[in-house]
Amino acid sequence: MKEIINSEPFILAITVLSYWIGTIANNRWNKPVTSPILIAVVILIPLLLLLNIDYPTYEQNTHLITFLLGPTVVALGYNMHKQFNVIKSNLLPILLTVFIGSLVGVLSVMAICFIFNAPIELMVAMEPKSVTMPIALGISERSGGILALTAVSVATCGIFGSVIGPWLLDKLKIKSRVAKGLAMGSAAHGVGTGRAMQMGRIEGAVAGMAIGLMGIFTAIIIPIIEAIMA
Amino acid sequence: MKGILIILFYLIVGEGISMLINHFVPGNVIGMVLLFASLQAKIVKPESVETVANFLTKNMTIMFLPPSIGLMASYKILGNNIVTITLAIVVSTMLVLAVVGKTMDKLDKTDEGNNQ
Repeated sequence: MKEIINSEPFILAITVLSYWIGTIANNRWNKPVTSPILIAVVILIPLLLLLNIDYPTYEQNTHLITFLLGPTVVALGYNMHKQFNVIKSNLLPILLTVFIGSLVGVLSVMAICFIFNAPIELMVAMEPKSVTMPIALGISERSGGILALTAVSVATCGIFGSVIGPWLLDKLKIKSRVAKGLAMGSAAHGVGTGRAMQMGRIEGAVAGMAIGLMGIFTAIIIPIIEAIMA
Repeated sequence: MKGILIILFYLIVGEGISMLINHFVPGNVIGMVLLFASLQAKIVKPESVETVANFLTKNMTIMFLPPSIGLMASYKILGNNIVTITLAIVVSTMLVLAVVGKTMDKLDKTDEGNNQ
């Protein structure tokens, strides 16, 4: 029995199942808290604990899903091509805005860590939290951050941003679809982009572009800030 | 099939370039930029990658599920810094959303951007 529970097909099945339940709940109620990934996490963690599946085993057997992240980021190039008219007429504002967003993301984490006197390896691990996972891990590693904390910060930031984002953007009375997509992609990388895709094609494509820009800008900004502080 | 090959090709080229520049920019992002450039330059026909690209991007959220489960294995690191970590993520994420949203909303002058 333990062998079946710890097998790849079983682990993949419960992963897809919990996400599927999340999608159904989201289609039915469509509230911020019914974000499919949030529901999936809430179902999956207790289920894994109950079935006694540890994280290394889980991680190993879900490689098939995680691997798809790479090709998916590449595929976002197609979405950018499709929506290029919108992006083109806003190219400079988009570049400027994401650059500011990247600065705000890094500096606000630094400020909070200073206030609470957090250890430096904790701070540098969280600085790239709004950046997509593969880029964030690279940035954190270069600065000597705790990689596991980076992974968790990125994931939490993505879920939190995708849940709170549509609500916050609405409260701030933001109308522009480009602005909405850009905010979702800049703050909550791929998870925010997934949410932006549901808002519309323009939002999704702009968010996809924001992932790449946010990654590139943050990768450049962090070493510069570190050089200034040193 | 052709679409899968094209996407994998750009991923491999992107990873190769990334290695040459010491992983300064990750390979998948370089691959994304190159695929975009090739579509613009009409080197790649949009129809050939359309099906695969739509499938992948429509289902991308589930790919973040396995790393998110890492939460359950990391309470040791979270430990006594849980307040700082939570606050940093919550405040910073909301600030980025608000600043980027507000700035772009002011700067966006296109019709496509503004009709709901």
